[in-house]
Amino acid sequence: MPLHTVSFLVENRPGVLFKVSNLFRRRGYNIQSLTVGPVEGSPLSRMTVVVDAESRVLNQIVEQLDKMVDVVKVKRLDPIRTLSRELLLIKLKTSDPMARIEAVNTVNTYHGLILDVEPDILIAEVTGPTDEIDEFLKKIGPIGIEEMSRTGVAAIERGNIKLA
Amino acid sequence: MPDMTGAEAYVKALEKEGVEYIFGVTGAAIIPICDELLKSKMRYVGGVHEQGSTHMADGYARVSGRPGVVQVTSGPGATNIVTGLATAQLDSSPVVALTGQVPLSMVGTDAFQEVDIIGITASVTKHNIQVMEAVEIPHAIKSAFYISSTGRKGAVLVDIPKDTQTNRAEMVFPDKVEFRGYHPSVEPNPQEIHWAATLLSKARRPVIIAGGGAVASGATMELVELAEMLQAPVAHSLMGKGAIPSTHPLSLGLCGMHGRCEANYIVPEADVLLVIGSRFSDRTTGSLSGFAPNARIIHIDVDRSEIDKNVDSITRIVGDAKLAIRGIREKIAQQKAMGQRDEALIKRIAELRAQTNDLNTDSPLSGPEVIKAIRRAMPPDSIVVTDVGQHQMWAAQHYDVRGPGEFFTSGGLGTMGWGTPAAIGAKAARPDLPVLNISGDGSFAMTENNLALAVDEGFPITVVILNNGVFGMVAQWQRLFYDRRYSTIKRPKHPDFAKLAETYGAVGVKAESMKQIETAIKRSISEKQTTVIDVPIDPDENVYPMIPPGMGLKDILLGGA
Repeated sequence: MPLHTVSFLVENRPGVLFKVSNLFRRRGYNIQSLTVGPVEGSPLSRMTVVVDAESRVLNQIVEQLDKMVDVVKVKRLDPIRTLSRELLLIKLKTSDPMARIEAVNTVNTYHGLILDVEPDILIAEVTGPTDEIDEFLKKIGPIGIEEMSRTGVAAIERGNIKLA
Repeated sequence: MPDMTGAEAYVKALEKEGVEYIFGVTGAAIIPICDELLKSKMRYVGGVHEQGSTHMADGYARVSGRPGVVQVTSGPGATNIVTGLATAQLDSSPVVALTGQVPLSMVGTDAFQEVDIIGITASVTKHNIQVMEAVEIPHAIKSAFYISSTGRKGAVLVDIPKDTQTNRAEMVFPDKVEFRGYHPSVEPNPQEIHWAATLLSKARRPVIIAGGGAVASGATMELVELAEMLQAPVAHSLMGKGAIPSTHPLSLGLCGMHGRCEANYIVPEADVLLVIGSRFSDRTTGSLSGFAPNARIIHIDVDRSEIDKNVDSITRIVGDAKLAIRGIREKIAQQKAMGQRDEALIKRIAELRAQTNDLNTDSPLSGPEVIKAIRRAMPPDSIVVTDVGQHQMWAAQHYDVRGPGEFFTSGGLGTMGWGTPAAIGAKAARPDLPVLNISGDGSFAMTENNLALAVDEGFPITVVILNNGVFGMVAQWQRLFYDRRYSTIKRPKHPDFAKLAETYGAVGVKAESMKQIETAIKRSISEKQTTVIDVPIDPDENVYPMIPPGMGLKDILLGGA
């Protein structure tokens, strides 16, 4: 099924994240990722979910979110206009010097940063659209991933349109 | 700004909402509030179990159109209202639930009688709020009333920790509350009205399905006028009963799984189907492939999320049903040419109606006949509620009403045991009208303890139990679809319901003829005495018509099994 990005503003109150995730659970919507953060200078938080859904379900997700009292504004982001980024922190096993060189090269190819280096371990940060992160992981996988943490998607539309 | 305790503010906030009755059961976490209620003129109706109190608030709300209030303690008091909240929420009934909670400092510690009622009820309420400081109480209560009673109505819960009830604050009582994320709109869009009117006036076989939204918005007059203007037959969902008088020549009656023949044969014939305030429940549509396969569907609903949820519409009007129908009617009146109607369709109504009316078994006390006897005994101005099961379907099919406000039932959740306490709530809302619960033995046994309140609190009601000694609807499915392998359907033979009624101080009657039923109902009403009328019916009787699960509207079973 196709992936869609839905962004929405919610009241920054205790329990709102629970109610949103409870809605997704109860109606059986499939979440790929969910991110939350406060909006500067506002009592609201912005949530962004990436969902796996056919158009009827996608429409329901938007409407059911919109119906919640704590949800102020919902928008399905236009895929053509949307810039989306994820951040990945990854810990790699690099006891073999050749592996270490390859790891550093791969991180550089994806415009990542090396954050920490220890004798056998290297920690890198990579940001990019989800598919780019997936691609990076495929390349780096054979070197040996010790641990990783992905943030999920932050997304915003180009041009003079905003969610407010 | 007056300085007062949270409990004082609570009482004042409820009084400001014009609350007449508080239904509830007491407990440790709401004692400060109970103490404050001594000073109020609001009437507290103390119940025997919180589920019953919630159904009372629900019954009161449905009949009065104003929020019904239920007040309970924390922990088990709060969990006991969950069924009642889900019942109200699924039938869009405005219920405000007020729950005590352990003090905030103890929240999250698994304290005595602590449950996470906000988490537990999130899926069965329109909204819920936990008070974090005494000063929030007036705003929280105002919000609960506002949200429960506007847009698509529903259940709202406010959880009030005990320390916020006793703490003092400078209280502000808002006349109005606003939410950035809640804008219930009722005004339909004129363009959408125009499209709907055009489709309907050109239709050859227009048909209308009225749901609970048509009843809730009080659209009967507008609906009848529109139907007559279009010569469009009108079917209804279970919640839509009363949207049009049952005996109107264009009325098709109940549609769906146990729908009447006229509804289930004629709805699939539609070329344009106007669905008003109905959410296309599976019980109303049957299999979607057999539901109005050739119709272009116009959907009116006050809740935007219902549009295209289960069935796609070609035109949709988001807003109040009454305003939308009035708009469509005015628009059609302006248009000169009307399409050619298929008159044969209208002519079939009377014939199919007779077919449904004749669907009785040979047993002397057949379900539909008992329902008709109740109708004969009840005065025109009266209220009937039902419990859930076979008796409910017979009542939905055969109990004729003139309009809204006469018939109430647990439709969406199908809550057995709703009827008796809901009847008490209905009586509280309309003490001037006789109120009768059409029940079954299974349903009645679930909440019969509420009879004590009917008697002691002065809410005389009548209950007719269609008693077949089994969970009849399940028995029917096992008879029809499980090769008569009866399992789990037997009910205990005890108690004797007539004698049980007497121990509650009510009148108990065993009625074995139509005449006895009618006499007992009339006496209950004239003597204003709570009466339980136990009517033995045949345990092998099925509700017909029936659409087998997963089949289309026209796959009607008319009997024989």
